[in-house]
Amino acid sequence: MAGMSKKADLAVDLGFLKLRNPVLAASGTFGYGLEFEPYLDLEKLGGFVVKGLYYKPREGNPPPRLVETASGLINAIGLQGVGVEAFAKKVLPKLRGFKTAVIVNVCGADDDEYAAVIEYLDGQEGIAAYELNISCPNIKKDGLCPALSPKTTFDLVKRLKATSRRPLITKLSPNVTSVVEIARAAEEAGTDAVALVNTFLAMAIDLETRRPKLGNVFGGLSGPAIKPIALRMVHQAASRLRVPVIGMGGIMTGADALEFMVAGAAAVEVGTANFVDPDAAVRIVGEIERWCEAHGVAAVREVVGTVKTP
Amino acid sequence: MTIERNARLREVQSWGDHFHFAVDAPAVGREARPGQFVMVKVADGPDPLLRRPLGVHDAGQSGIELFFKVAGRGTELLSRRKPGDRLDLIGPLGKGFTINDRMKGKRAHLVGGGRGIAPLYFLARELAAAGTRPTVFYGGRTAADIPLRDKFEKAGFEILCSTDDGSFGFAGFVTDLAGRELDKTKPDIIYACGPDPMMKALAALAARRHVPVELSLESIMGCGLGACWGCVHRIKSEDGDGWVKICEEGPVFPGERVLWPE
Repeated sequence: MAGMSKKADLAVDLGFLKLRNPVLAASGTFGYGLEFEPYLDLEKLGGFVVKGLYYKPREGNPPPRLVETASGLINAIGLQGVGVEAFAKKVLPKLRGFKTAVIVNVCGADDDEYAAVIEYLDGQEGIAAYELNISCPNIKKDGLCPALSPKTTFDLVKRLKATSRRPLITKLSPNVTSVVEIARAAEEAGTDAVALVNTFLAMAIDLETRRPKLGNVFGGLSGPAIKPIALRMVHQAASRLRVPVIGMGGIMTGADALEFMVAGAAAVEVGTANFVDPDAAVRIVGEIERWCEAHGVAAVREVVGTVKTP
Repeated sequence: MTIERNARLREVQSWGDHFHFAVDAPAVGREARPGQFVMVKVADGPDPLLRRPLGVHDAGQSGIELFFKVAGRGTELLSRRKPGDRLDLIGPLGKGFTINDRMKGKRAHLVGGGRGIAPLYFLARELAAAGTRPTVFYGGRTAADIPLRDKFEKAGFEILCSTDDGSFGFAGFVTDLAGRELDKTKPDIIYACGPDPMMKALAALAARRHVPVELSLESIMGCGLGACWGCVHRIKSEDGDGWVKICEEGPVFPGERVLWPE
């Protein structure tokens, strides 16, 4: 049709993984993927990252586990989950039928458990990559996790990279003095990509009872409230790394996603938005496509890292 | 389950801070069963961010009815909606109360505390249609907290009310009223919805009298879809005790499976 712009090419290539489009659904906000089948076509996503898996089933934290705050949400779920065997037997066979990238978020109480989860999953088919969850703030006292120090990050990534048969995406914590320092440690240890940011360690108090609003006292803040800080961190990391950066933090719209890409993210993850609108990730793909077409951008990968800083 | 982005708010009724909405949402209305809920968007922008879970108060071919009390900023925003406004809702969600043919000719006690009355109207109607005789127990702090009593009466349901301050009906908790009536007539089943302390008391009461009870539990919910694992309660199952998602396996649970913190 005359005057109609050409369809934008949304494909992105992370080097180790080609995605149909840059939009992944983020771990911990998308269940095991199947929960969202009634609301969206999983094959219209670039892919999705399933909820964090420990080796054994994990009980999670006592409630209250959630509190809503200004333009955001603090959660302290504590990575409740079915464990790697139940995932492989009951969930993975159903996911294999989908033509989309299934990424598994890998957790561990210690380095040995991370290694055991990957060893087990290496024996299974239908997984595109592992996302190392070295940064969940809800599982140890005071939000401690390997991603808080360059040394523990380096040691863990190096060990897992040596054995894993699949690419590793290291998911970083924003609760550090220098996210770039940690990202570089992960890169030096051989990670194939980094993903950031996980949630910000946060707290809410009930003034009347003077009690914390979360059973776990602290939790992780997500949602639009964190977007500007996440964007800054993604830009900092992307400008200093050679490996691709997957950006996330409060993405609710296609414009939000594109801002992360302009800041340097090769792909993005959509998280909390999935709770509000279960079809948000697919809507965001459409919004990215329309923006590209309206702005004469032939391929979305062209916008990556194009922020015009002085 | 349907995402209904453009459901027309047909009618609004209010009593102080209690609100009744009639909503045109045929796809949700046709599918809904008593005890199920919908997730309603309360703001257009990002604040407040999350949808609010509301029990289906009634449902039919044309849509659903909702009944809620203003409890915070989200429900306050919702309460400002006017007839003709559009609502964005997802539902029906969760598993509802048990209603089956074997209950024909049986008696059921329905116990609602405050806004917990919401799903019990739909339940009473469906029970009556299934040939079960419902008696409704409806309690609140004051007479102003039990605005739906006329609605149940007009529909022909037997209803007994209580207020904590004695301003209407039985003076005391609705669980005490329900307990007193249990001494006179033992029902075949009790259904209940209300705040946790009331659910705990009722579960204990039903267990002592050996009457099966189904409890609809309340919780803050992140998504209502089983994805965030935020709305858990301690539930007994064959695999042992664990944190179970209220949105997905509930909100209705058999009383004997529900565990309470000490």
